[in-house]
Amino acid sequence: MSSAQTSISEQVAAAASAARGRLNEHTLKTVHWHFSDETGSPFWLEKKRELNFDPLSDVKSFDDLKKFPLFEDEWLRGGPVDRWVPKGHAGKPVYVFETGGTTGIPKSRMVIEDHWKDYELFSETLPDEHFPRGANWLMLGPSGPRRLRLAVEHLAQHRDGMCFCIDLDPRWVVKLIKKGWMEHLEEYKKHCIDQAVTVLTAGHNIQCMFATPKLLESLGDALEDRGTSLQEVGIKGIFSGGTEFTPQWTRFCVEELLGGPVEEGGVFMTPTYGNTLMGLACSKPITAADEYKISYYAPQPRAVTEVVEFEDYNQVVGYGQTGRVKLYTLTDEFFVPGFMERDEGEREAPFDTYPWDGVSGVRPFHEIASGTTVGVY
Amino acid sequence: MITLQPLRWGKPYESMELKDVVHFDTGEPIARFGSVGGGIVARDMKRAGNARKALLQHSPDELLSMCKKAAELFESADLPVGDSTQSVDQFVHQQSASTGLPEHMCRSNMKKNGFVLANMEEILQCLTRGLDLSILSRGYGDEGRGVTVSYQAQTPILGAVLPNNSPGVHTLWLPAIPLQVGLALKPGSQEPWTPYRMVSAFIEAGVPREAFGLYPGGHDAGGAIMTKTPRSMIFGSAQTVAQHAGNPKVQAHGPGWSKVILCDDVVDDWELYLDMMVESVLSNSGRSCINCSGIWASRHTREISQAIAERIGSVDVLPPTDPGAQLAAFTVPAMATGTYAMVEQDLAESGVTDMTADYGEKLIEKEHCAYLRPMVVHADSPERGVAMKEYMFPFVSVVECPQAEMLRRIGPTLVGTVLTRDESFIEAAGACTEIDRLNVGPIPTNRLNWLQPHEGNIIDFLFRSRAYQVAELPVGATA
Repeated sequence: MSSAQTSISEQVAAAASAARGRLNEHTLKTVHWHFSDETGSPFWLEKKRELNFDPLSDVKSFDDLKKFPLFEDEWLRGGPVDRWVPKGHAGKPVYVFETGGTTGIPKSRMVIEDHWKDYELFSETLPDEHFPRGANWLMLGPSGPRRLRLAVEHLAQHRDGMCFCIDLDPRWVVKLIKKGWMEHLEEYKKHCIDQAVTVLTAGHNIQCMFATPKLLESLGDALEDRGTSLQEVGIKGIFSGGTEFTPQWTRFCVEELLGGPVEEGGVFMTPTYGNTLMGLACSKPITAADEYKISYYAPQPRAVTEVVEFEDYNQVVGYGQTGRVKLYTLTDEFFVPGFMERDEGEREAPFDTYPWDGVSGVRPFHEIASGTTVGVY
Repeated sequence: MITLQPLRWGKPYESMELKDVVHFDTGEPIARFGSVGGGIVARDMKRAGNARKALLQHSPDELLSMCKKAAELFESADLPVGDSTQSVDQFVHQQSASTGLPEHMCRSNMKKNGFVLANMEEILQCLTRGLDLSILSRGYGDEGRGVTVSYQAQTPILGAVLPNNSPGVHTLWLPAIPLQVGLALKPGSQEPWTPYRMVSAFIEAGVPREAFGLYPGGHDAGGAIMTKTPRSMIFGSAQTVAQHAGNPKVQAHGPGWSKVILCDDVVDDWELYLDMMVESVLSNSGRSCINCSGIWASRHTREISQAIAERIGSVDVLPPTDPGAQLAAFTVPAMATGTYAMVEQDLAESGVTDMTADYGEKLIEKEHCAYLRPMVVHADSPERGVAMKEYMFPFVSVVECPQAEMLRRIGPTLVGTVLTRDESFIEAAGACTEIDRLNVGPIPTNRLNWLQPHEGNIIDFLFRSRAYQVAELPVGATA
């Protein structure tokens, strides 16, 4: 993991400095929105009373967010969920998205339009050549109260297409794994893939898709068993995500699943990184020459990722150094002043497309990796 | 430093995900291995038929000769392993360094694996009850009784998710090759040595390399082997075994709860069997499923436990290179502390006595590993929880139980050594379905006769006996 980008040209340094200025300005605006009595949410206005500083006067830059205690996702468990809705958005239709919930109360996040905005920004990074406008999409991932499912549908619509979905209950998948019912797990996976194959081979002009790594593998296998392939059924572009999206997995897909490198006619695939709290970060283009290295950049200033020291979560590591991933969400709908993600990776330097820090080699945080359950999806 | 890369039907695959194999005592990396995910394994399993096709190019007799040659190479030659050439001594050092097994135990496990491979012809003759192996190869044939017999291979390959710390178990998958069934193996992360060296020996002996897949990796890779191969074996805990119970596609190997039973007619002479009992408990650092974890008798149980404690209670930690070393390290220290916590819980029960209490500390914690020194526990009744326990170190409970109740209460017993001249008890033990391998007489539980099946007959696992009728076609008008 020592191949991180560590050097910055003068031009990139200038762009990074300008981006930092915009981030500081955006931070100030966001903090004022969430902590003003007229616009803030009941949750943050209540929280403000517990703080030993005044966010309205003491936060003057992005770095000042470190004055806040770390965001605890446990706060998202249970109701009333309305306490998260900023008063400034009162009366607007609100979505509730959930994470977890296999047992116990799931964590809920309210969203108004953030998922649309995040995916519209993401859309700008997708090459039309591989994600043709007007083409239809397949969402091969979890259904139910998930942000991802509606976000991908919006992405398809934003690009003038429609989105086909499958039924996939991730909570049942986790239960199957915990019970050790591996045969049931396989059958459930087949059930999901059958739905996808049916849709893909029904003449719907589906050319783009989201798929989780495991489901993409299974779909590729299932199509091959039927004597066809992702290419042959018309798929041109795929985006995927998660810590399983490693350089080796990418190479495997390119070499054995997607019909070769995209320059030689293979299906285009791009990784993303994110969660219900943050939205999604995009990747620098991946190439065989760069050993399929994956570096993610958050959609600053709406969200920020940092790579911080394992011992001090307020201290960013040096470029190329390893640390834990810390997320910030700074939208007018949701405020996360530093959340410790369950992942680690290496800090990447800014570059011309994204003149701010990135993170590469993302993998489960070593201290909790053994407890992570990765299932069908 | 040696690097072991995955082997995809004989072709090395340069993995981008390299993991360190570390020395159990120093934590220093001693080797690296490249891992693969479930996607690659699943993909390769689609081409499993080619592995069998390659093996079918050679007759069973040719493959048996290659096994003999492979055994010789495995036990004595410098072999290409990973990106290096590996001598026998290097193999032993490496295996000991990563598993924590004393070197002399690595050598004896190596010898055991080599022995099984060298004697494969006799072993298969016994396991098939003398069947001409060409019948298995062709699928049908006549044994000379004028009746067609047919055995259909149920799988082109045998998958195996191998353990981390028990180099002796590899004997179980070796018969696949002369039976013309390929191998897809997921080596244990601390014991990749035997599978890699064995596969190298097979290839050097002339077995087609297309017959072998080696897939180091995580649960994902193991899961893919289990779900994508029609027949596989897995080594794990009681929970793993329970998970696969009743699944005809999976042979699950777990704890053995092997036992020695002293019947009333011989128990007064228990001292005659002391050496046998000590060997059954202590050999291979008590790590195997064939180590004795329970000694059952109706009387003298305190004296028996006291005598065994006197023999093994003082066994202490020695360097792995010491020929007298009897204890293997727990390479994950938390496993030792966790195990010891369970033992302490066992000891808290009324009626349970630690007979090795006077022999010093049991849990020895070091910086990167830990040890558990031998323990002998007396249980005054089979009701005690400890009567059904097995741990990964020399640990035995000596259980007081009336003879009439023994077979009803012993529970699952991989190897049961029954000491008696009482014909009715021998008959009852023979009928007791809790006992897998039955030893009648003073045979240590750890001494297996490889000419007999172990936890099911691999022939029955890989082949199905079925009908095969043949009739001449009538000659048509157009012929």
